[in-house]
Amino acid sequence: MGKTSLKVLFLSSILLLISVRCKQKGALVIKSDSVDFNLHIRPILSDRCFKCHGPDAKQRKANLRLDTPEGAYAALKDDPTQHPIVPGAPDKSFVYLRIASTDTAEVMPPPSSNLKLNKSEINIIKKWIEQGAKYKKHWAFIPPKKKSLPEISDKRWPKNEIDYFIVASLENADLSPNEEATKELLLKRLSLDITGLPPSIELQNAFMKNEGEQAYEKTVDELLAQPHYGEKMAAHWMDVSRYADSHGYQDDGLRTMWPWRDWVIHAFNENYSYDQFVIWQLAGDLLPNATKEQILATGFNRNHKITQEGGVIDEEYRIEYVTDRTNTFGKAFLAFTFECAKCHDHKYDPISQKDYYSTFAFFNQVPEKGLVGDISLASLADPPKIKITSDEVSKILTFINKKDTAAVEVMVMKDAPIKRQTHILKRGVYDAPGEIVSIGLPSAILPFDSIKYGNNRLGLAKWVTDKNNPITARVFVNRIWQEFFGRGLVKTSGDFGMQGEMPTHPELLDWLAVDFMENGWNIKRLVKQIVMSATYRQSSLVSKEKLEADPENILLSRSPRLRLTAEGIHDLTLFSSGLLVKEIGGPSVKPYQPKGIWESSTSGRGVLARYVQDHGDKLYRRGLYNFIKRTVPPPRMLMFDGSNRDQCEVKRMRTNTPLQALVLMNDPIVLESARVYAERLMADKSTPEEKIVKAFRSIVCRHPKSGELSILLNYFNDEEKIFSQSKEKAKQFINAGEYPHTNVDNVATLAALMQVIHTIYNLEESITKT
Amino acid sequence: MKDEFLENRLHVNRRHFLGKLSLGLGSVALGSLLIPDLFTNSDDKVPTLGLPHFAPKAKRIIYLFQNGAPSQLESFDYKPLLTQMAGKDLPESIRNGQRLTGMTSNQTKFPLVGSHFSFKQYGQSGTWVSELFPNMAKIVDDICVIESMHTEAINHDPALTFMQTGAQQGNRPSMGAWLSYGLGSENKNLPAFSVLLSRGRGNGQGVYSKLWTNGFLDSIHQGVQFSSSEERVLYLKDPEGRDREASRKMLDNLAELNNINYKEFGDPEIQTRIQQYEMAYRMQTAVPELADLSHEPDHIIKMYGADCLVPGTYASNCLMARKLSEAGVRFVQLYHQGWDQHGNLVGEMPLQAQDVDRATTALVMDLKQRGLLDETLVIWGGEFGRTNYCQGDLSKDNYGRDHHPRCYSIWMAGGGVKPGVYGETDEFGYNIIKDPVHVNDFHATVLHLMGLNHEQLTFKHLGRRYRLTDVAGKVVSGILA
Repeated sequence: MGKTSLKVLFLSSILLLISVRCKQKGALVIKSDSVDFNLHIRPILSDRCFKCHGPDAKQRKANLRLDTPEGAYAALKDDPTQHPIVPGAPDKSFVYLRIASTDTAEVMPPPSSNLKLNKSEINIIKKWIEQGAKYKKHWAFIPPKKKSLPEISDKRWPKNEIDYFIVASLENADLSPNEEATKELLLKRLSLDITGLPPSIELQNAFMKNEGEQAYEKTVDELLAQPHYGEKMAAHWMDVSRYADSHGYQDDGLRTMWPWRDWVIHAFNENYSYDQFVIWQLAGDLLPNATKEQILATGFNRNHKITQEGGVIDEEYRIEYVTDRTNTFGKAFLAFTFECAKCHDHKYDPISQKDYYSTFAFFNQVPEKGLVGDISLASLADPPKIKITSDEVSKILTFINKKDTAAVEVMVMKDAPIKRQTHILKRGVYDAPGEIVSIGLPSAILPFDSIKYGNNRLGLAKWVTDKNNPITARVFVNRIWQEFFGRGLVKTSGDFGMQGEMPTHPELLDWLAVDFMENGWNIKRLVKQIVMSATYRQSSLVSKEKLEADPENILLSRSPRLRLTAEGIHDLTLFSSGLLVKEIGGPSVKPYQPKGIWESSTSGRGVLARYVQDHGDKLYRRGLYNFIKRTVPPPRMLMFDGSNRDQCEVKRMRTNTPLQALVLMNDPIVLESARVYAERLMADKSTPEEKIVKAFRSIVCRHPKSGELSILLNYFNDEEKIFSQSKEKAKQFINAGEYPHTNVDNVATLAALMQVIHTIYNLEESITKT
Repeated sequence: MKDEFLENRLHVNRRHFLGKLSLGLGSVALGSLLIPDLFTNSDDKVPTLGLPHFAPKAKRIIYLFQNGAPSQLESFDYKPLLTQMAGKDLPESIRNGQRLTGMTSNQTKFPLVGSHFSFKQYGQSGTWVSELFPNMAKIVDDICVIESMHTEAINHDPALTFMQTGAQQGNRPSMGAWLSYGLGSENKNLPAFSVLLSRGRGNGQGVYSKLWTNGFLDSIHQGVQFSSSEERVLYLKDPEGRDREASRKMLDNLAELNNINYKEFGDPEIQTRIQQYEMAYRMQTAVPELADLSHEPDHIIKMYGADCLVPGTYASNCLMARKLSEAGVRFVQLYHQGWDQHGNLVGEMPLQAQDVDRATTALVMDLKQRGLLDETLVIWGGEFGRTNYCQGDLSKDNYGRDHHPRCYSIWMAGGGVKPGVYGETDEFGYNIIKDPVHVNDFHATVLHLMGLNHEQLTFKHLGRRYRLTDVAGKVVSGILA
C-alpha cells in the first residue's frame, strides 16, 4: 500500500501518469475482530450487487436476491446444486466464487456493469462468510436505544455525554482530541453557529473578561434567546422546504410565501418541539379546530414549483406537485430516497412502487390544478390559500412582518371533501394509471395503522412523529449535528438507506436521538447539548499526523474549519460594518445584483421579467431575506453553494472557487461595507493602528497578531501615500454603495482605511469558522 | 485485526488528500497542464476525473442552442406533400394518438400547411435547405443534418431541461457540467463551461440558469455566464479607483496574511483559497482580452456580419464562442431566443433566420480555416419540432405551428461527425420512418465524440449512480466519421 498512482491529467490526448509515493505514517489501527453485516457487508452488497440481486423484483437477475438471508442461503432456482452463500464455507459459496473469479465471463459484478469489487472488499466478504454470514436488519430500521456511556481512559476531557462517545472512538484509533479553542475563536464559532452573526466587539470584551464554565454557558443561553437564532435555524429549513419567491417554471411568476417563512423563524424562536413543528407543517390544517397559525404552517407543502406555461397538461403537472411533496416528505423527515420508487420498486431499499403510491395518496387529496394563473398578474396562488389580514397580524399572527394594509394571501394545504383515488402510475407516467392503492407508509420503517393514526395526512404526521418510528429523531439530530460540524454522524444526511453511509458513531447517534425524544423533542436543548460538549469546543489546529491519519476528520480529533454559507458571509459583512438592518421577517428584498441577469434570460412576460432593485434599508437585510427567483437565483448565493430551491436539499456543498474570490473582491456590498465602516472609524478619535485593530476584531473576531498588524499597518501607510497622490482615484474608490456618505476631510486616509478593511473581509479566516 | 473496511475507507481519503497536495506542489512545473479543479475542496469525491475513456474525436464543443424550437419544416425537413395537401386535415392514421399541447388540444381541425419558403438542394450531398438559410446552405457538405431527432417533452421548460440535463424534471447537471467534470479544463484562466445568451426578434421563451447548473456535481462545474455588459463575467471588474496594480498588491497582502494563518492551523484549504484568488486575478485579465473583438481583422468581421461588433447579439456571441473555444474552453453554450412561432411564422421566422444564418455559417467556416473544426464539435438546434398542421386559423399567407416532440432536425459539424443527412421522417413530416435519434442517444453520441463512455461517466449521489443519459441512450454510430 506504499505506492499510490494517480491518473489525473489529460492534455491533447497525452496521458500523464504521476506516481506519488507516500509512507503510511500514523495510519489508523482499529481494534475490532469480527465482521459486522451492517457496518462492513451491506454497504458493499448494496452498492455492487443489489441493483440486479436486490429488492426490485422486475430487475432481478438469475432469480437471485442477496438482500435477504432466505434468498442468499437457498439453493439456486436455476441450479439447485448451487447455494449462493453457505455460512462458514466461502469455497462452497457460489457468490464468493463468482466475485473472486478472474475469468471475465464469470466474475461478478460483470464488467459491463462498470462496477467492481476490490481485493479488500472480496476478502471481507470471505471473512464474513467464514464467520457465519449473519444478516442483520438495516441499522436505520432498528429502533435506537440509549446504551450506557462507553468506557474511556481520559475522563478529564469530557464535558458531557457526547464526549464519551467521541473519545472512545478516538482512543480506539490511538488519537486524542485537541484542547479547547482560544476564547476568541470559540466565541466566533459559537455566535455564528447559534445566531448566524459574528460576535460584536462588546460581546467579545465581555466574554474575554468572564472566566469559568458558567460564563460560557451564560453566553450560550443569551445567544439562544436572541431572535437571530430563529433566523439562523430557518436558513437551513429554507433549503429543506425548497422555499422561493417565484413559481419556478418557464416565465417564473411571483408568489407570496414569505409569511410562511416568518412562521418558521417564529417556530424556532418559540422553541416549538420538533414533533409539533413537523405535525403542523404536514397537517396543521387537519388538527381539531385548527388555528390560522397551524394552517399557515402547512405552506411547507406548497413551496414546490408550479407551472404557468400555457401549453401544459393540467394533470401531468398536478401529479408532479404531489410527487414533489412525496419526495420531499421522504427526504426531509426520513432521509429516504423515495423518488426512486416512483417508476419501479426501489433498487436498494425496501420501498416498493406500491409503498410509494400509498404515501403519495396522502398528498394527492389537494383540490388544485396543475396549471396556475396568468403570468401577467402578480402572485396568483392557486387554491387552497388563506388570506391574512392586518387585523389578524396585530392580534394573533404577530410574528408576520407585514407593513402595508392590504391582506396577504398564502398557499396552504387542504384536503378535498371527496377522496381522490390514487393509482400506481406505470413507469411513473401521469396518464398510465395501474392498480388502485390506499394510503399507507413503508412498513419496513414502521407499520402504518390507520385506526391508530387516522387515515389522512394527520395520520401520516402522527406516524412520522411516533416515538416508535426508528428514523425521524435520528434524521433530525443528524442534520443539527451537520449544521455544527459540517458533516453528519451519518455523512449522507439525505440518505439513511442501504446506499447511504453508515453512521461514524452509531451509538452516539442513537443516544442523542433517544435523549432528544425523551426530552420532548426540545430543539434548543439539543443545540445547547452540542455546543456545551468538549468535542464542539476543541481547537481546530491540525497536526500533520492527524491530517494524515484522518484527513476528513471523521473521528473529530479536532474541530473542523468550515467556510461560512452564502448567507453567513453576507450577514458577517453587513453586521461587522454596522450596516445590517436587524429587522426580522417580511417580504423578500432585492439588494444589489449585477445588471441584466434577469433581463437576459426572460421571455419578457410577468412581473419578474425585470429586476427592480430595492433601496435604503432593504439593501442591508440578512441573506435569508434575499429574493429568490428560482430560474435565476441570486448569483452570489449559487457561487457560494446555495441551493437553487428547485427541490428539497438537506446538505450544501462547500467549494472553494475563483468565482468566490471575484465576489469578495468586487461585489459592491462588500466594498460598501468596507467604505461605511471606514467612515465610522474615521469619526473615532483613535490612531490608524487602533482603527485597524478594531476593524480586524469586528470582522475576524479576534485581536490581530503582531505580524498581521504590521502587514496591515504598512499596507495602510502605502495606500495612504498612493491615494494622496491620486485624490481622484480615492474619490472613485470611496464612492461605493448607496449608503449616505459622511463627510470626511481626508479622502486619501479614508480610501486607504477602506482598502485595508476590504482586504480583511477577503481573508480566508474571515469567512471561516475556525 | 485491523478494521479493514474502515482502513480501506480512510486509505482512499488519504490517497485523495495526498494526491491533491502533491499535484498542487507539482503544478508549478506542469505549467499549463494545471487543472484548476484539483484545487477545489470537495466533501465527497475527486471533483474531476480529468481523463477520457478512449481517444476522443473532439476536444471542445460549441452548442448553438436555438431556444423556442425552430420549425424543421421551414429549415431542413422538406415536405412538398404538405404544400399539395394544404388545408386538408391531418389524417388520424398519421397522428395516431399523439398528445397535443393545451394550446391546440381544443382545435377540431388540424389543417396541414406546407412551407411558405422554397427549398433547394445544395452541395455534393444534395441536402435540402430552405431559402431562409442561404449561408448555411453553403456549408452543407461540412454538416450532418439529423432529421430524426425526437424527444419526450412537449413544453418548453421540460424539453429544454431534457436537452440540457438529460431529465425533464429535477436538478440534474447540465451537459457542460458533465464534460467539465469528466474532462476538466484546458485553460487555467477560463472556466471550462461558458454560457452566452442572445435574443432574436421572434416570439421568445426564457432560459434559466438551471440549464447550466452543476446539479449535484461540485459547483466548480457550473456554467459561467458571459454577459454582454461591460463586465463580461459577473464580479469580474475591479472596483472604481482600484487599478490592476492595486489589486495585485491587495492579493499579495492577502496571501501573506493567509499564510500566517496556514502556518498556525495547517489547513490545506487555506492554500487552496490563495490559489483561487490567483486564478481569479488571471481571469480578470484573460476574459477582457478575449472579449475584445477590436483586434479581429476586417475579413473576419465581414464573415460574421457587422452585428458581431454589437455585444449581446448572436453574431457577437458566435465570434466570442470561437475565441473561447480557441482558448481551450471545453464547452461553450449559446442560447438564442425567439423561435416559438405559434403564429405569424411567415413574419417572424425570416427575421430569426436572418439573425443566425450568417454568423453560424461564419463560425463553422472560421473554425475550419483555422484547422480547429476537426477537434471542435458544433451543434445547432432546438428543443423539439413543430407541427405539420396549423395552429389557429390558417390564412392564405400566414400560419403558425405548435410544439411537436415526435421529430425535429438539428445539425452537427466537425469533431468526428460524418457530413450528410441522417434519419428520415414520413412524407407528412410527422413521424420518423428511419434511424430515430432520441435525446438520450444524442447525449451518448456527444459524450462518445468527446472520448467518454456515457455508461461510465457516472456520479454517485444519494445512493444512485447518475448519468447524463440516465438509464438509456446508445451511440448513433451512423453519424460518426
